[in-house]
Parts: sequence; C-alpha cells; structure tokens
Amino acid sequence: MQVSQPTAPVRVLLFARYADLLGFQTLTLVPTSVPTVAAVVEHLRGLPGGEVIPTHPLVALNLERASLEQVVSAGDEVAVLPPMAGG
Amino acid sequence: MPFLTGGPIDPQALAQDLAAPARGAEVLFIGTVRDHHGGRAVVELEYSAYGPMAERECTRIMEEARNRWPVEIALRHRVGRLAIGDVAVVVVAAGGHRDEAFAACRYVIEETKRRVPIWKRERYAGGEEAWVDPTAAEELRTSP
Repeated sequence: MQVSQPTAPVRVLLFARYADLLGFQTLTLVPTSVPTVAAVVEHLRGLPGGEVIPTHPLVALNLERASLEQVVSAGDEVAVLPPMAGG
Repeated sequence: MPFLTGGPIDPQALAQDLAAPARGAEVLFIGTVRDHHGGRAVVELEYSAYGPMAERECTRIMEEARNRWPVEIALRHRVGRLAIGDVAVVVVAAGGHRDEAFAACRYVIEETKRRVPIWKRERYAGGEEAWVDPTAAEELRTSP
C-alpha cells in the first residue's frame, strides 16, 4: 500500500494507545496489492511505532468487527482497536 | 439515541424515566471514577471512543437484553475528562420482577465493557499517564 492524499480510497482510523504511539489518528491508503484488512494491519505494523499493534488486533470494517481476511474496498473505513476499557 | 455523552450523567433521572406501574423492579448500576488502580493513586482520567461504532454497539447490546428478558433498559457512558468520583457509566434495567432486572443490568454492563470501543487514559499522582488495558496480566488480577 502507498500512503496518499485524502482523495484516496481506504480510510484508516487509530485510537488511544495505537494513535499515540504511531503519532496519528487517521490515514488514507491506496490498496496496491491484495486489499484485505490484513494488508492494512501489516502496513501499519511497518510504520514507526507500529510494533504496538499485534499481528491479530481487533479491527472494525465500516463499524462492524472484521476478520483479517476481509476485503477492503474504496470508501471503506478500517479502524484498528486497542483492547477496550470502557465502564 | 446517543449513549455517549460529554456532560454529566444523572442516574436518578434515567431511573425515573423508566419507572412505570407494571415495573416493580428497577436495578440501577452506577460506575464511578476510582481513585486507585493497580496500586497506584489515580487523580483523573479521560475516556475516548470510536463514537459511531460505540453507539451502534450500545444499541445492539440493549436490543439483546430486551430480547432476552422482559425489561426496558437505559445506558449512558461518559467521554472526555473525568474527576475522581464522577459518574462514568450508568445502566438501568426495569422490569416486572427483580430476577430479570438484575440479570439484564449485569448483562448490559458486562457487554458494554467487553464490546463497546471506549478507551480510558489514567493520570496518576506524580503526573504519569497510561492507557488502561484490561487484557494485561496485572489487570486480570486486580479487576473483578
């Protein structure tokens, strides 16, 4: 995947500890190879600070919990979620 | 229905809203900000959330509870900066009898903690801050 300007298709969201350690909350990616959730996660894990993200993190695709195998398409929103701590 | 709120939650008002002649049992759970965690003194905390997903998940949890027990439910969770003692989360379960009210209230708070994308950053006496990770080993020992 390539990092691109905000006209590109897949919107990636980070929260809490992940956002702190990678240094951003949103990122826009252009899928260039196999456009899966796993590819997004791998891209993030390769960024500075990305080692905080586990190999199998909680991920939401368009607000629903998703598996790594799911395909992402233009306009999708992929959120990588740290362990939840509400309540 | 927004379940996340940046302003104070009024537990009594939520309980009052669900009061009805046929509802002989109301269970009110109030979660407040604790002044300690894992042996450290907490001075304040901040909740953040993935708002749209959190709202969707709260709606789903309440529907599940209503489908499982004959109850009506209210749920609110704070986001933003909170002081010690502030109300962080409120669940009200109202039904005909206490069995369903207790069971539904317990279900909603447990599922909320487990499934709703909300995160908590604590600030400790001394100024350090840390994101709370309930899956960490220390948390499993210290949190019921």
